[in-house]
Amino acid sequence: MKQKTVILGVLGVDAHVVGNKIMEYALRKEGFKVANLGTFVTQEDFIKAAVETDADAILVGSLCGHGELDCRGFRENCIEAGKGDIHLVVGGNLVVGKQSWEGVEQRFKEMGFNRVYPPGISPKVVIEDLKHDLGNKGP
Amino acid sequence: MSKTANCGLFIDFGSTFTKAIVIDLDGERVVGRAQSPSTVETDITVGLNAVLDEINKAREVEPACRYKLACSSAAGGLRMVTIGLVPDLTAEAAKRAALGAGAKVVGVFSYKVTRKELHELETMVPDIVLLAGGTDGGDQETILHNATSLSGCNLHAPIVVAGNKVASDEIQAILASGHKEYIITDNVMPEMGVLEVDKARSIIREVFINRIIEAKGLKKAEQFIDGILMPTPTAVLTAARLLSQGTAKEEGLGELVVVDIGGATTDIHSIARGDPTQPGLVQKGLPEPFVKRTVEGDLGVRYNASSIVDAVGREHFEAQLGNSDFDLEEAVNQLSLFPDRLPESESERGLDTELARNAARLAMERHAGTIQTTFGPEGQVLIQYGKDLRGIQNVIGTGGPLIFNPFPGKILEETLYSEENPFSLKPKAPEFYVDERYLLYAIGLMSEVEPDKAMRVAKKYLRRL
Repeated sequence: MKQKTVILGVLGVDAHVVGNKIMEYALRKEGFKVANLGTFVTQEDFIKAAVETDADAILVGSLCGHGELDCRGFRENCIEAGKGDIHLVVGGNLVVGKQSWEGVEQRFKEMGFNRVYPPGISPKVVIEDLKHDLGNKGP
Repeated sequence: MSKTANCGLFIDFGSTFTKAIVIDLDGERVVGRAQSPSTVETDITVGLNAVLDEINKAREVEPACRYKLACSSAAGGLRMVTIGLVPDLTAEAAKRAALGAGAKVVGVFSYKVTRKELHELETMVPDIVLLAGGTDGGDQETILHNATSLSGCNLHAPIVVAGNKVASDEIQAILASGHKEYIITDNVMPEMGVLEVDKARSIIREVFINRIIEAKGLKKAEQFIDGILMPTPTAVLTAARLLSQGTAKEEGLGELVVVDIGGATTDIHSIARGDPTQPGLVQKGLPEPFVKRTVEGDLGVRYNASSIVDAVGREHFEAQLGNSDFDLEEAVNQLSLFPDRLPESESERGLDTELARNAARLAMERHAGTIQTTFGPEGQVLIQYGKDLRGIQNVIGTGGPLIFNPFPGKILEETLYSEENPFSLKPKAPEFYVDERYLLYAIGLMSEVEPDKAMRVAKKYLRRL
């Protein structure tokens, strides 16, 4: 099977790089081709990289609590760029304050993210899901 | 070539003038120079022989030359069109590769080229097309589409393919079926965030030597000289690199910038890493090539004088010149109509200096990196795009309008960092040098055969201000 390409990065004005490095390491170890854009990545940069690399998925990290604002319109922008069917994953500290996880997950799914992960999720879970999801999607 | 031959002859076939410099290789000094109108339209050797005669006449004995090397920007220079996928990514990478190869980039296309764009491309009549698109293993659809379009179009220029390597076999078949001349080379952007332009640059230079010289009717010059080795901008860039890095025997000057002000364009060459020099800065954008050339096609002090006035504002020029009787518009028109004419009146000289100062400033602002501020939950964040040149120690000025100006320092001053625009990362406190003998192209050519001597000659003749 063709090696799957994923774009990884931390969205918005957000410098939290530790989880990003761990995810990159874990994804590479599992055989993914990773284009890690690092921190302070805009939606546009994620999508441009996905176009150029013909990526299978975009993995968005958002740790600063502004995820809901920063992620708005992500799917629509992918559609505009001709990558409307790309697999979108988001995780991190997506919101601030005490909110029910179900509600948060629901809101991000409505924005067009295929998978939404709460804080403290193990990379293993994310990668297993990713393999499953891309396997189903792929040719 | 004789063993006693102790000179090197270095020629620049320019669009207006054919220039030559003779360097005594033993004495390491300039012993002759001449220029004559270029005759590329009719027979390149006529202008060349006029220059050679002039050199011989000036000396009692004909200089015995060990090397006779030339560069050329004649017949429009090396005109290139570049094609990539995403404008900020492979399209930009391809453009940088072409500029670094000394080309005049006449068109940049991105995504799938439309029929209308293809027609535009045909009418540009480029000498070489650089086709990129997709990282290795990335998008193939676009580059295959563009290869198919090129294959079927009315274009005879060689195509250098530097895109997704996975698509290269298919591209080869497509271009071959259209009877196109093509060369497949390494991807200019093999991965996200990785820029690899050196291979493409050297292929472009090979194509220039092997095909373009002949196609432009310059080959005939090789009856009298050893060869035309590179486009003139490449010779200047090669000299800049040599001056910066030196050789095993001769120490270089370190990181530097060359400001080349011309009648039609202003070029900036930086030989510098440009990494952030202040803590807490985040660097974004496409990685910067260590040897970087930018060309500002709207900032020439003759043909494009009016666009400099427009960019800065006529009020600025009127205030600087302080002569209410002076007809600025007419003077600017005259400059583009008679580009060879030298300024006569005080006001004309003032205008010349002011045009050069602004061309230098704007070109450096566009070449140097910038800082953008943005605000996040943890306060202000500074993001750097492009090269930080604040720590650069040497700025070298060249090009007729700068060399022949009585105040080259006043022009170079404009390239400096200014508190008025602190986010433009221009050099803060460099040494200024002027290439007053118009020698840099010859140094670039000479470095191909005698790098140590070339370095010493350059050091000897660059005037420190």
